[in-house]
Amino acid sequence: MRFLGYTLGDETAPQPEMAPDLFEKMGVFMEEATSAGVIVATGGIAPTAMGAKISLRDGEYTVVDGPFTEAKELIGGWALLECRDLAEAIEWSKRFIGVIGEGEVRVRPVFGSE
Amino acid sequence: MTTIDSTAAVEAVFRIEFSRLVGGLTRRVGDVGLAEELAQDALADALAQWPREGTPRNPGAWLMTVAKRKAVDRFRRDRVLAAKYARIGVDPDSTGLVSSDFDLEMDDDHIADDRLRLIFVACHPVLSMPSRLALTLRLLGGLTTTEIARAYVQPEATIAQRIVRAKKTIAAAGIPFEVPVGDDRAARLGSVLEVVYLIYNEGYSATSGGSWVRTDLCQEAVRLGRLLAALAPEESEVHGLLALMEIQSSRLAARLGPNGEPVLLLDQDRRRWDPLLIKRGLSSLERARSLGDGTGIYTLQAAIAACHVRSRRADETDWAQIAALYETLAAAMPSPIVELNRAVAISMALGPAAGLAHVDQLRDTGILDRYHLIHSVRGDLLGKVGRHAEARDEFELAATLTENLSERELCRQRAEAAARLVTDEAARTE
Repeated sequence: MRFLGYTLGDETAPQPEMAPDLFEKMGVFMEEATSAGVIVATGGIAPTAMGAKISLRDGEYTVVDGPFTEAKELIGGWALLECRDLAEAIEWSKRFIGVIGEGEVRVRPVFGSE
Repeated sequence: MTTIDSTAAVEAVFRIEFSRLVGGLTRRVGDVGLAEELAQDALADALAQWPREGTPRNPGAWLMTVAKRKAVDRFRRDRVLAAKYARIGVDPDSTGLVSSDFDLEMDDDHIADDRLRLIFVACHPVLSMPSRLALTLRLLGGLTTTEIARAYVQPEATIAQRIVRAKKTIAAAGIPFEVPVGDDRAARLGSVLEVVYLIYNEGYSATSGGSWVRTDLCQEAVRLGRLLAALAPEESEVHGLLALMEIQSSRLAARLGPNGEPVLLLDQDRRRWDPLLIKRGLSSLERARSLGDGTGIYTLQAAIAACHVRSRRADETDWAQIAALYETLAAAMPSPIVELNRAVAISMALGPAAGLAHVDQLRDTGILDRYHLIHSVRGDLLGKVGRHAEARDEFELAATLTENLSERELCRQRAEAAARLVTDEAARTE
């Protein structure tokens, strides 16, 4: 089964000071998750300031440049996981956020590959 | 509040940690069977405590610490056990088993190696292949006996016994817990790759039962492949095997039609082929080629699979390339089945008559007489050159030789279609 894991956060909130060894710890974690065969794809995501919002209403398109700060946004990164079940995906997500130290991660089943 | 009940959460952690736990314990107590028992005992403790007290911050270390403590307890209580382990040179006090505090040591430097050691032990040639398969799924995959039994459609008791005997064989044979080096390594690695690919194939083309694929097994094999790629990244064929499995997996969704009937590769809806797996597979293939000379048997098979997935449409397939790759594969891995596939590629590249000539050569050896595919391939080619009565006979024979219900149905349908063409021809000549 596949799952999408992503971090949600408030872009306007001051980013906490990154612990100096966080980079290394994240590297170790990613290696573990990769060798477990769980990570199928992963990437970082740019701030909304670098993106756009596209809406279509009553036949009319509206395109607005970022930033978008009204609600929590996807920040940091995302990962496509291949796990036996949701419980396993949750455990890996717990470990991921454990490396970061604080924050919120969502994990949801993704369809279409079966 | 999580909707996943605590037991499922604990079991998810356990499955993630299991192979590392068993590997680390095997290195300390010198016996795979005992290591597994200790791991299971630690799980029992986790199931009892974690729902009450919360999952520990470092569950892997918790489980290892508890398991080591139980090992020490066992040796102290059981003189016979202690004597047995003393005989094979294991002294609990000198193997880092004694830990007075609840310490969170990670033992990082041994982690990767222990799982690799474990894979080599589980796939040791002294074991029968069915034993290697069951033991690998159990120790590296963390599958329960029930899950393995279901995967191979066999009674649980059979699998359980097989695993017990396998562990005894390993102990009796005195197989060292180490990664083979030197002359031994190539053959031992070959055995590991063979086991993983057999697991994959069992899922990909189930020979028993009604369904054509059993994707959980494919998934387990791919996971093992990814683990090997991480633990033995310098090995070309490890990446070759992973490439082969990921590329084949990219087609899983397209292999079955709306009514569960099998769909042949050339008829599959290529929009249902998973581009992510294709990309990963092609990338692994590149890595395999950069590390070797491209003639490893898995790398070659992956290259053949890559030819298919690189074509957006079936009629764009580079059959000449595939035929050439099969020729190289036949040299590396002489096999009538490879020759049969080569014949199919030749027929696609040069026409059915050319392919038929190759198949007939193969048929004359008699080796594949009981193999249904040579008959369905021959039936297909005979039909294409207009020899419909012979095609019908071949498909009927193929149907009787396959155990897979879906394939049998496919062969019967083709036999009927060929029979109709015979009748039509007869009607036209009257």
